[in-house]
Amino acid sequence: MTTLIKNATIINATQTLKANILIENEIIKSISSDEPKADKIIDASGKLVFPGLIDMHVHFRDPGLEYKDDIITGSMSAVAGGVTTCCPMANTNPVNDNAVITRDMIAKAKKRGLIDLLPIGAITKGMGGKGITEMGDMSEAGCVAFSDDGLPVSSSDVMRSALEYSAFHKSFIINHSQDCSLCRGGHMNEGKMSMLLGIKGMPREQEEIMISRDMLLAKLTGGHIHVAHVSSAYSLKLIEQAKKDGINITCEVCPHHFTFDESELISYDTNFKMSPPLRTKSDVEAMRNGLKNGSIDVICTDHAPHHTDEKFLEFDKAPFGILGLQTLVPLTLNLVRQGVISYNDMARLTSKNPAKILNLPNKGEIKEGFLADIAIIDPDFEYVYDESLNKSKSKNSPLLGKKLKGASLITIKSGRVVFDFPNVVA
Amino acid sequence: MTYTKKDLISTKDLSKDDIYSFLNLAKEYKKLNLEPVKKDPILKGVTVVNAFFENSTRTRTSFEIAGKRLGADTINFSSSTSSTNKGETLIDTINNIEAMKTDVFIVRHYSSGSAQFVAKNTPSCVINAGDGCNEHPTQALLDLLTIFESKGSFENLTVTIIGDIFHSRVARSNIYAMQTLGIKVRLFGPPMFMQNAEIFGCEICRDMDEAVRGSDAIIMLRIQLERSDGEVAFPSVREYSKYFGLTKRRLEVAKDNVIILHPGPINRGVELNSDVADDPRISSILDQVENGVAIRMAVLKTVYQNKFKA
Ligand SMILES: [Zn+2]
Repeated sequence: MTTLIKNATIINATQTLKANILIENEIIKSISSDEPKADKIIDASGKLVFPGLIDMHVHFRDPGLEYKDDIITGSMSAVAGGVTTCCPMANTNPVNDNAVITRDMIAKAKKRGLIDLLPIGAITKGMGGKGITEMGDMSEAGCVAFSDDGLPVSSSDVMRSALEYSAFHKSFIINHSQDCSLCRGGHMNEGKMSMLLGIKGMPREQEEIMISRDMLLAKLTGGHIHVAHVSSAYSLKLIEQAKKDGINITCEVCPHHFTFDESELISYDTNFKMSPPLRTKSDVEAMRNGLKNGSIDVICTDHAPHHTDEKFLEFDKAPFGILGLQTLVPLTLNLVRQGVISYNDMARLTSKNPAKILNLPNKGEIKEGFLADIAIIDPDFEYVYDESLNKSKSKNSPLLGKKLKGASLITIKSGRVVFDFPNVVA
Repeated sequence: MTYTKKDLISTKDLSKDDIYSFLNLAKEYKKLNLEPVKKDPILKGVTVVNAFFENSTRTRTSFEIAGKRLGADTINFSSSTSSTNKGETLIDTINNIEAMKTDVFIVRHYSSGSAQFVAKNTPSCVINAGDGCNEHPTQALLDLLTIFESKGSFENLTVTIIGDIFHSRVARSNIYAMQTLGIKVRLFGPPMFMQNAEIFGCEICRDMDEAVRGSDAIIMLRIQLERSDGEVAFPSVREYSKYFGLTKRRLEVAKDNVIILHPGPINRGVELNSDVADDPRISSILDQVENGVAIRMAVLKTVYQNKFKA
């Protein structure tokens, strides 16, 4: 099976290139001005051909909470968003803290074949914060990193062991940076807005304290710490300093944290309730600067489906988290339109860097010999992100029903078209 | 009456004229309440539900009396007997009561934003009787009536609110309404309850003397001694009263005609000493309670009638 993508404007992290792409089976066979015969021809005139997006922080709620989303609907949401590789977090029920569950998750995704699912295993057994998991076994089974996301590891000693042991297995640790002893049952960013609304806040310092601790432990152990969903300006300063000092640290940011600020909460809309919470305009500005100057390595979604019943509650009762996979492209394209980053930066942040961090040697670029994971994006395409387009079982996005600009019109996974706007096809 | 909404959720929604109309209507009702037969059956046949998801005997009683004096059938629903304890959601509870063809909900709930949430999702009238730390608009109106009656006008007044500002819905509703009226509002309280209080645009006082000096009225907030554990609060009741409590001696630096308000119930000897609370020349606490019924009658009548105007 061969596919030719004609008249492609290829966007890689390091270059933009006009060419035709020949795909043979699952591999990119050639990139040239030639127009070889192919079984299938896609004309990409006027579109941008990106390497398939890699989202290294999603929640698919499978196993155990499949009423919110499962590996299949998660995969469908992913390809509808141009994402061909996803790393689901371990906070499922049961927790992904052993190789059996890891293998099950991968097998389920493979069977449907829309995306590559690369699980993040739990750091501690049952995400209980105490004994670390069998990281060797789990890495062999397919775990690409370890995280107790949502339940940050509070013990410094456990975190130290986790960094040491994961490094031994050539893996790394992702931490949700939050010093929970400073939470006080907070539901939003602590600051002027929380005072105004009378909602208990979470100070940004709880994130900054945890990042400080983790970078020091990375210094001690030489292990790699990846900071999940950075949200505060000072967090970024700390990370920048740690990088300068040669500490093995990387970080990611979510589209909602470079798009929205806490003023959205004025209506007590629970679709804006997430953790870390939306912060101030200057934090949003700092996230944009971090994306621009390279101190942020990765854009990820933290796709966190919750059932409508769970979000249709009083603000302090609703769970944290919003959908992200299908709004990743339009929100990131906003940064390009606003001159914050270039298309090439977008490819670096959503594909090249995650591939590098996750150690995926044949992904992250449109390159001969690489896996044919491709998102054909129309940056000017306007549409309403409504329930008919939404592939998740959940609807917890503040953007649902809103007009968006830019989408992946065709998503190709390992050489096969898996999404053709608006339908998942493979 | 210039107010046109079917709900009263926030004093932010009130213009100067709205506030004066509520106060004027309440003054009428205050006269009625001194009559031997205290009835204006304008809400005859209307069902008013006191939907209290958080305990409050006095606010509930005040609303209940207000509803009854207007001829309404007032029903009390409180969370200790409710199905929310059995996992039913707030909106389900409201919808179920409404299915019995009720007309007005008086909502008291422990979550900020919940009164607005209910109002958005029901065709009934909703009056916010205190939502979490957010607002308590009828309390602000009754405080304003009390201050107006004592001072004769709102011109050139300075009001200081003292205590746990963060957790106080009384503070928020008063701040918004008083700023609309042009009253100068000042705030003072323990630092852990004052973080980011500058957002309200009020002057922040540094100590009790400064807070007391120059005030025409002082609103002492209730310290929630029963507040949920796990929260870092002030070190002790003794020390709270020393630095943040109001006593006769503290009032030596006050204006001669200063009045003291408190939303009740008082923690005697903590935020307010009995020598202040029980001195009728300075304490307006019982006037507040009396005014509460009249204000709630005015609000009930207004929002119910608005429902049919739009
Ligand atoms: Zn997280």
